[in-house]
Amino acid sequence: MPRITVFSIFVDDQREALAFYTDVLGFRLKADMPMGEHAWLTVVDPAHPDGTEISLEPAEHPAVGPFRAALAADGIPFTSFGVDDLDAEVARLTELGVRFTQPPLDFGPVRTAVLDDTCGNLIQLAQHVS
Amino acid sequence: MLFRALADSTRRAILDELAVRDDQTLFEICSRLAVNHGLTPTRQAVSQHLDVLEDAGLVHSRREGRYRYHTLDTSPLREITRRWPVPGDA
Repeated sequence: MPRITVFSIFVDDQREALAFYTDVLGFRLKADMPMGEHAWLTVVDPAHPDGTEISLEPAEHPAVGPFRAALAADGIPFTSFGVDDLDAEVARLTELGVRFTQPPLDFGPVRTAVLDDTCGNLIQLAQHVS
Repeated sequence: MLFRALADSTRRAILDELAVRDDQTLFEICSRLAVNHGLTPTRQAVSQHLDVLEDAGLVHSRREGRYRYHTLDTSPLREITRRWPVPGDA
C-alpha cells in the first residue's frame, strides 16, 4: 500500500515559509530543488529526517486564495502538528512573536491551540492527554 | 428578537461557551459545542445561529486581519428584569 511520504501546505512565499517552518517551528530543510520560478521545497522533523516531508507549495493557483481565506475567516486550521507539552510550546512560540487565534484549550482527549503560520495558514498544535 | 434568539437550545449552548472567554473563532465555537455539549451542527448552521444572536445584540463579531472573532454581550438581557423585576434585586 502507499506510504505517507509527503504532504503539502500552500504558502504565500516559499522563502518566508521556509524561515518560519525552520527557524520558528523547528523543522529542518530537506529538499530545495529549483523548479522554474519556484522550488520543490520540503522540511522534515529533525528527529525523523527520513520521515514524512512537508512540501511548502506556492499558493498561486486562483482557487487557493478564496479557499484559504474562507478557512482563515472561520478559524479553521489547515492541518495539525503534535507536541509533547502544548503549554511550553505555546510559551516558546509566543516569545518568538507567533500569533495564536486560539489559546491552549482542552477538547476531550486532546489539548489544542491554533497558530498563524504567517504564510496564509492556521495550524493546530495538539497534545494528547491521557 | 431577544426572546427568539434565546428560544433555541443550541444558541443557548453557544452563549454558554462564549461566556467562558471572548474572541472565539467559529472553529473554536464548533469544537466547544461538540466536546462540551455533544452538539455537532454543521458550521453553516452554527454560523446562522451566530447571525441570530448577533441580530439580538447578544454576540458581537469583529474581523481582525483574515480572522473573525465572536464575543458575548449580555447587556440586552437587562430587558428581561426590566420587564419582570426580580424581588429583592436592586
